Amino acid sequence: MEPRSRSFYVLAAIFALFLLFLYGPTLTIGILSFQGEGGGLTFPMRGTSLHWFRDLFEQQAVGDIWGSFRRSFALGLMVMVTTVVVSVMGGLAFRKRFYGSNVLFYLIITSLVIPSILISLGVGLMFSQSGLTVHWATSGFGAQLTWTLPFGLLIMFAVFNRFDKSYEEAARDLGATPWQTLRHVVLPIIAPSLIGVALFGFTLSYDEFARTLLTAGSYNTLPLEIYGMTTNVTTPVLYALGTLTTVFSLLMIGVFLCVTWFATRRRAAKGSDAGSGLV
Amino acid sequence: MQMGRMRAGAVAWLQAAPMALVLLVFLVAPIVMIAIVSFWRATEFSIIPAFEFDNYEFLFGSPVTYRVFLNTFKYALITWAFTFVIGFTVAYFLAFHVRTLTWQIALFLLCTIPFWTSNIIRMISWIPFLGRNGIANSALISWGVIDEPLDWLLFSDFAVILAFVHLYTLFMVVPIFNTMMRIDKSLIEAARDAGANGVQILWNVIVPLCKPGIMIGSIFVITLVMGDFITVRFMSGSQSANVGRLISNDIALLQYPSAAATAVVLLGTVLIVIAIMLRFVDIRKEL
Repeated sequence: MEPRSRSFYVLAAIFALFLLFLYGPTLTIGILSFQGEGGGLTFPMRGTSLHWFRDLFEQQAVGDIWGSFRRSFALGLMVMVTTVVVSVMGGLAFRKRFYGSNVLFYLIITSLVIPSILISLGVGLMFSQSGLTVHWATSGFGAQLTWTLPFGLLIMFAVFNRFDKSYEEAARDLGATPWQTLRHVVLPIIAPSLIGVALFGFTLSYDEFARTLLTAGSYNTLPLEIYGMTTNVTTPVLYALGTLTTVFSLLMIGVFLCVTWFATRRRAAKGSDAGSGLV
Repeated sequence: MQMGRMRAGAVAWLQAAPMALVLLVFLVAPIVMIAIVSFWRATEFSIIPAFEFDNYEFLFGSPVTYRVFLNTFKYALITWAFTFVIGFTVAYFLAFHVRTLTWQIALFLLCTIPFWTSNIIRMISWIPFLGRNGIANSALISWGVIDEPLDWLLFSDFAVILAFVHLYTLFMVVPIFNTMMRIDKSLIEAARDAGANGVQILWNVIVPLCKPGIMIGSIFVITLVMGDFITVRFMSGSQSANVGRLISNDIALLQYPSAAATAVVLLGTVLIVIAIMLRFVDIRKEL
């Protein structure tokens, strides 16, 4: 290996600063959420305590945090499953030519770039004017899909652009039906990427704010609850909640990444059964 | 043969149907709804179907509108410049200076993880840093750079831009890194053999080949900033305005028709900006 050039060290330093910039503030509130009972929103720490975390578990101190967490979690799972299924189907559709595919593609791009507040306002107006009540599981769910589906579909594009079609041809030549080809050949090959789509579906929904703002109805999701707190809570309890939900997000990301890693490894280990058919 | 192709078309239709349905109900219909309501009339507590241009007349007749739109473009442009320079540098380091794929993936993941956490929390987390008694002010005072704490760190345009860069640089890193990883390394060697120095290689080989990634990243950043309302509100302490805040203020006052008119104009503006940028890149080819 040739020795590192000087530019490597300069760029590495910039990269380290970038990481500090990304993670520093979050780590800061992580530390400050252990602020002592008399402490405020900034340093110095007045002792350390779990006071603010304990505060979170007391119903009356702040709003309905746990209810909103349960709703956000349920909604995240709903959006995740729907995103995976609909994106895979959409990805398969776009491998063929079909009438209107261009229109659908531009709709997806529009869905990605449209200011979130338009979705919120539009869906809210649509529901209220047609006499339906907005609810996180109906209007909120649909509004969030307009944000997760484009990511899901774009990932599927990336996956299928790299997909080796000869596997399918081999399956077809061996007499597999289109469904068998999909079920036993295509899906297992793309499975690790589907976990990626699921990760996007869940986390984007779990953290979504703007598109849920006018579409969640009378029961808040967690980001809405947190946003409400920013205007009237001025104690480190805000940080404690932020730390908890960030830790939860990190756990979910960790789970998804581990599953992907195992799936990829398993595929690498067991992917080839060459020769096992021989006696 | 003809039958087979028709069947394939039908299958594709069925596969695309759920996505089309979701987008029709939750994207197209709401946009149509907003367009319709933008011609309605509002009283203090209800909105009445009508067909009048008052909302638009008021919007285009008010100097506030132009100021706010200008401010929105200002945020978009400044944020774009910062995210581009930082994003390109980070992607360049990952793609060309990190040598093993494992490290590339690990460091890349490290950059993307914050994207999967809450934006609001990430905004809140600037408070202890930028506040009047925050880390930045205490550090600057203890170093003797300033005597009085700076007031413009939090709740200012500076804070807004900082938060935007913090939240959205990732949208630059990912597409640029993606295109960089696909650059054939032999092109760079060829350039070096032909006598190009580092800067020339960067400017004449790498940057042109990264153009699609740069474009996709730019589209993301510009549309996210132009459509934002929450970052501006939170980080400026309600002191600055962009178009998104204009809309959300109207919504808070239940002035839906006027919010809808502003939304239509905002959507039009964003789509024109995107259309111009898409002329330079074919997104589907680049994934």
